[in-house]
Amino acid sequence: MDGIAWEALLLSLRVGLTSTLLCLPFAVGAAWLLSRTRLPGKALLDGIVHAPLVLPPVVIGYLLLITLGTRAPLGAWLKANFGIQLIFTTEGVVVAAAVMSFPLMVRAIRLSLDAVDQGLELAARTLGASRLDVLFTITLPLMLPGILSGSMMAFAASLGEFGATITFASNIEGETRTLPLAIYTATQTPDGDAIALRLVGLSMLLAVSAITLSEWLHRRTQRWLGRS
Amino acid sequence: MIELHFRKKLGALDFAVDVSLPSRGVTALFGRSGAGKSSLINAVAGILAPDHGRIAVDQRVFFDSQARVNLPIEKRGIGYVFQDARLFPHLDVAANLRYGLRRARGPVRTDWDSVIGVLGLSHLLTRRPHLLSGGEKQRVALGRALLSQPSLLLMDEPLASLDAPRKAEVLPYIERLAGEFGLPVLYVSHSIEEVTRLADHLVIVAEGRTVASGELADVMARPEHSTLIGRHEAGSVLECTVAQHNDDYALTTLHFADGQLRVPRVDLDPGSAVRVRIQTRDVTLALSRPMDVSIMNKLPGRVVGITPEDGPYAEVVVDLGSSTLRSLVTRESCDRLGLQPGTPVWALVKSVALDGRGISKRQSAAKAASPLRAVAD
Repeated sequence: MDGIAWEALLLSLRVGLTSTLLCLPFAVGAAWLLSRTRLPGKALLDGIVHAPLVLPPVVIGYLLLITLGTRAPLGAWLKANFGIQLIFTTEGVVVAAAVMSFPLMVRAIRLSLDAVDQGLELAARTLGASRLDVLFTITLPLMLPGILSGSMMAFAASLGEFGATITFASNIEGETRTLPLAIYTATQTPDGDAIALRLVGLSMLLAVSAITLSEWLHRRTQRWLGRS
Repeated sequence: MIELHFRKKLGALDFAVDVSLPSRGVTALFGRSGAGKSSLINAVAGILAPDHGRIAVDQRVFFDSQARVNLPIEKRGIGYVFQDARLFPHLDVAANLRYGLRRARGPVRTDWDSVIGVLGLSHLLTRRPHLLSGGEKQRVALGRALLSQPSLLLMDEPLASLDAPRKAEVLPYIERLAGEFGLPVLYVSHSIEEVTRLADHLVIVAEGRTVASGELADVMARPEHSTLIGRHEAGSVLECTVAQHNDDYALTTLHFADGQLRVPRVDLDPGSAVRVRIQTRDVTLALSRPMDVSIMNKLPGRVVGITPEDGPYAEVVVDLGSSTLRSLVTRESCDRLGLQPGTPVWALVKSVALDGRGISKRQSAAKAASPLRAVAD
């Protein structure tokens, strides 16, 4: 495999992994709010969480740019206090991928939380477990099928993120040029067709593997819980 | 004492519970479905918070609206066996059993080995819950609740979702519980058969209210609760002790306060306490002692009450001295024999009618039954 493909692949994997791990605690929290609470603004929260699924990715990228760009207040604050710059950096790609794949993860985790029998949680409390204890020993383990498959889906979606990334983090080789951006660049280059095709093949292989693994994990964990 | 004094508005039901229960032995909460039995023990467990009132068990206050006390579920020290066993599907049987044990506060009173032994769980320990039968699941749930070292055990129709053979499998285990572990039990049921086998104390719940509470035989003897209990099926309850066996005829003689009963052989040692349930339809009445009939149990008594019904039947209550027996006869017979309060009668009970299902061994009741036995002696 040539250098360009290798570099793009490694960057994509790194971005996918980081953004998935970054999303996970927030996705569990959002799923909890949506499934278990009766917040007054729940419909609004639901809408915000799911917006990236239906908005054009370029809109998300632009919104990120005007909130987290170096001249935007939040972006300037991050840079001044933590030295974190998001535009034109890999960290920016991670943020764009995280925002775009967040709804997929929340959906899967929320479904698995809805499926947790709250009677089991009550039973655990009668056995002396506090609410927090129940969360870690009963609820989260029972949500495992959704957490695993949701993470795999989010990972796969992160690998393919294009619109928000190129708008927010730009297209810089070795820094923000993930697989899809490398494919786009190749198609814009004269005689780039061969490279583009190789990258497309790589992309498809990754996506299909991730989805297959996600399905398999889901089935395995469901069977482990005796739900087959 | 288990003190339940609270009010709670819950949908169409307006709970007004005002009852004190003994904190020993098995107390059955009996009533139709929808009467509010489960909500009542959920209030004890802390799953349901009353609007106001007070719930306390042996001076430990669980809930007191005036003192603003509402102990969280996990701090109440109760064991709860649900109708559906609610075993944790991601843990094997041993880990399910350990869940409560590891979180138990205070000294271990019910230890691992005796719980596993009494409930016969040793061969199930490595299994996953979804591979257990309904009866096995319920036994594991029982063991799990016991091992959490509760000071009170709540059971919400633990047999209701099991078929008859599974019921028969689990019931003896529950019978042994109160005796073996000396634990007070609140047992919710709509089956009078279960109640008469298990309970020492009976509470009748109807429309969110506790309409009767007292010793099982006393509550069942009161005619005003007839429609609530569905007495035709229930009948009368007699506390007896095994006197002797007749091996030639495979019969057993039981003594009770007002005489003796001869029943098909029960495999218990002489001196064992048993409770006999006699259904109303199995009691025949005669004005004189009949000699040439096959019926073996002939008990002299006096009619104390007659409740005629709309249909062909009348229920006659016969006072045997210190216990009562109920008999379901036709209204026509009632009139023909001229039965009325005060009439001396003989109550006749076929031995054949007193089969194993109506006779249950009493363990926890050994002490409770002693005053009765003193009368018999």
